Amino acid sequence: MTDGPRIGVYVCDCGFNILGTVDVPEVVRFAATLEGVTSAREYKFMCSDPGQELIKKDVRELGLNRIVVASCSPWLHERTFRKTVADAGLNPFLFHMVNIREGVSWVTADKAAATEKAKALVRGGVRRVALQEPLEVRTEPVNPDVLVLGGGIAGIHAALTIANSGKKVVLVEREPSIGGNMARFDKTFPTLDCSSCILTPKMTAVKDHPNITLYTHSEVVQVDGHVGNFEVTVERRPRYVREDLCNGCLECIEACVYRDRRFANEFDLGLAKRKPIYVPFPQAVPLKPVIDPDDCLFLKLGKCKTTCVTACPRDAIDLAMKAERLTLQVGAIIVATGFKPFDPRRKPQYGYGTLPNVVTALEAERLLSPTGPSEGVPRLRDGSVPRAVGIIHCVGSRDANTNAYCSKVCCMYSLKLAHLVKERTGAEVYNFYIDMRTPGKGYEEFYKKLLEEGAHLIRGRVAEVTNAALSKGEIGKLVIRVEDTLAGFVRRIPVDMVVLAVGMEPQADAQAVRRLLTLSCGSEGFFTELHPKLAPVSTATDGVFIAGACQGPKDIPDSVAQAGAAAAEALALVDKGTVEVQPYAAVVEEARCSGCQICLGLCPYDAIEFDKEKKAAHIVEVKCKGCGVCVVACPSAAIDQRHFRTQVVLEEVAGVLA
Amino acid sequence: MMQATVQEARFEPRIVAFFCNWCTYAAADLAGISRMKYAPNAKVVRVMCSGRVDPDFVLEAFRSGADGVLIGGCHPGDCHYKEGNFKAMRRFLLLREVLEDFGIEPERFRLEWISASEADKVRTAVDRMVGDVRKLGPLRWKVG
Repeated sequence: MTDGPRIGVYVCDCGFNILGTVDVPEVVRFAATLEGVTSAREYKFMCSDPGQELIKKDVRELGLNRIVVASCSPWLHERTFRKTVADAGLNPFLFHMVNIREGVSWVTADKAAATEKAKALVRGGVRRVALQEPLEVRTEPVNPDVLVLGGGIAGIHAALTIANSGKKVVLVEREPSIGGNMARFDKTFPTLDCSSCILTPKMTAVKDHPNITLYTHSEVVQVDGHVGNFEVTVERRPRYVREDLCNGCLECIEACVYRDRRFANEFDLGLAKRKPIYVPFPQAVPLKPVIDPDDCLFLKLGKCKTTCVTACPRDAIDLAMKAERLTLQVGAIIVATGFKPFDPRRKPQYGYGTLPNVVTALEAERLLSPTGPSEGVPRLRDGSVPRAVGIIHCVGSRDANTNAYCSKVCCMYSLKLAHLVKERTGAEVYNFYIDMRTPGKGYEEFYKKLLEEGAHLIRGRVAEVTNAALSKGEIGKLVIRVEDTLAGFVRRIPVDMVVLAVGMEPQADAQAVRRLLTLSCGSEGFFTELHPKLAPVSTATDGVFIAGACQGPKDIPDSVAQAGAAAAEALALVDKGTVEVQPYAAVVEEARCSGCQICLGLCPYDAIEFDKEKKAAHIVEVKCKGCGVCVVACPSAAIDQRHFRTQVVLEEVAGVLA
Repeated sequence: MMQATVQEARFEPRIVAFFCNWCTYAAADLAGISRMKYAPNAKVVRVMCSGRVDPDFVLEAFRSGADGVLIGGCHPGDCHYKEGNFKAMRRFLLLREVLEDFGIEPERFRLEWISASEADKVRTAVDRMVGDVRKLGPLRWKVG
């Protein structure tokens, strides 16, 4: 590189995406006049094969030694062009990408202003690239194990897929059993498969798989490290029953001093009761009891005959059990933490929590489940079977007051609930919808089938559910008041039970999980994928993938598909065995270092050591993540950051302003 | 016609925006993807972390003719590098005082926490800064 820079500038039209707002030929003419620029060109799509060929050809024929591409965001195509530049025989770090699409053409209304902004940014890029140095990408070995967070259907499917490939998986679930929300459902749409029959074999497969370590009743509390080598701390809450000894005979539950089940069972959403020692549901995995310390007399008051302990033939009950922390090393992490159903108390006009017999859809699922509190036949509070049921769609979805987005699954599950309620009770069923949204394989057909079955479908957003009767027929009923927008008048429909089709929201602690893994969330709070189309399960944090409803509302087939995709991405990473690390590390110029050691305490990664003999700081490159905090802090300007050297950034600043 | 003349005469502030790669730069990308429109005055310089923004960068920007400097980083607690944004904040507060001593109004130097999803905050932060600096007029900073 002794001959000085010979820079090639490539300005992309991106079809009309850039060309429509930026005068690209003008930017090219301008770029050609800049110092060090040998060639400047315009091309329709720089990222296409012919676009990339253009760069390679120019490097060959014009002897270019530095490349600037002005196109989209480096988040999208920096890797693409670095590879092109490397293929052309140059060091990939002698390249700079100028963002004139997301950063200019898409955000600027005025063409002249956009063109001037693009020119300024190109000038900054050209001046920057002239000072850039060749760098080598370092590779690090990758730990082949994978962590899956969350044991719902997405987590289960991802864990099994990875385990089946021969890799080791650790599956961490917060609840005492895996299964997630799918375990609560009776049937799944549109095929009306029995949910348990398709889910429980997968749950058992997780338990029996030699490559899966399952930690239930546990949470990930800390994540350190980075792609390929994460260090994860898992806290195992005490189950008070030793999983290694318990054989699942459940004698202890029988023997509990509480004769009756009197505590709300979380799995049944409080609709059924359990004892302080319980299994959440009969198909739970692992099928080992758990003791709730808030309900157990001994754990709460220290006084109890502890009949459960004496009843256990294997001495598996350990009331002195404490929470313990484990540290795991993994190479990749799949986040499948699921969703939270919308709390309909936020829509008080629908009477949830104040009017009896107004239930959420998830509660309706339990009422319809043969293992649920009413053994599959929905019943009212008084024990009778409803003769008319209203299902209100879009509760907490498509609503400016709560969530603006569509929860995607509610139309279909409401139709399914309508079918099941009709089948089990013979009741008249009324569905109240805004728009019927049934895109999906076999979904529209299912809708047609429901119409043939005689479900009543009324278009209109329900105004209120009330027990104030205006006529004899309404006495003792829940009255649904709605404007029927197809018939064009307000109707009052008396029913015995109201099911609220609640939408899907991010988990209550999604923000904590986001921080744990430095993910990002969209405005609704769901985790954001790296690219909505081309990287739907990757995240901005390398090595962390997302699957299922934690990324946005989705049904079971979509969750499973995404889990498979996340598993494949994780496998592609760990199976390769090595990971490339960006060479943006900080470096110390020993001769300038005064040995003050200010930088040592500032480094968040303990990557800086002090060499006592040389009396100088030394940066351990494998530990340095390239944030650059120490560079700024050094009072002797002895530290600099590769690729973001102070001189390089200053040149870019001067360039955009020149 | 009147309006056109007024617009021509209008002072267009030159702003340099140092955006961290992980939050604010990604938010600016999202603003683009969402086709939000905002003032073209801010020229973005990407850094890996707001903690890499050297006071020298800011001084160089003012010296090279910037009328304002904006730093965008992850929200406190959200830094991709754990705590670089806290370092940025401490330096920012100190540097802003020093700049004030040199006659540079605090409105010309700002720090904003903008997460990757807050595209709208990029738009409002840039538009507000451009508006405020426009009111202040060009920075006439005599160097050396």
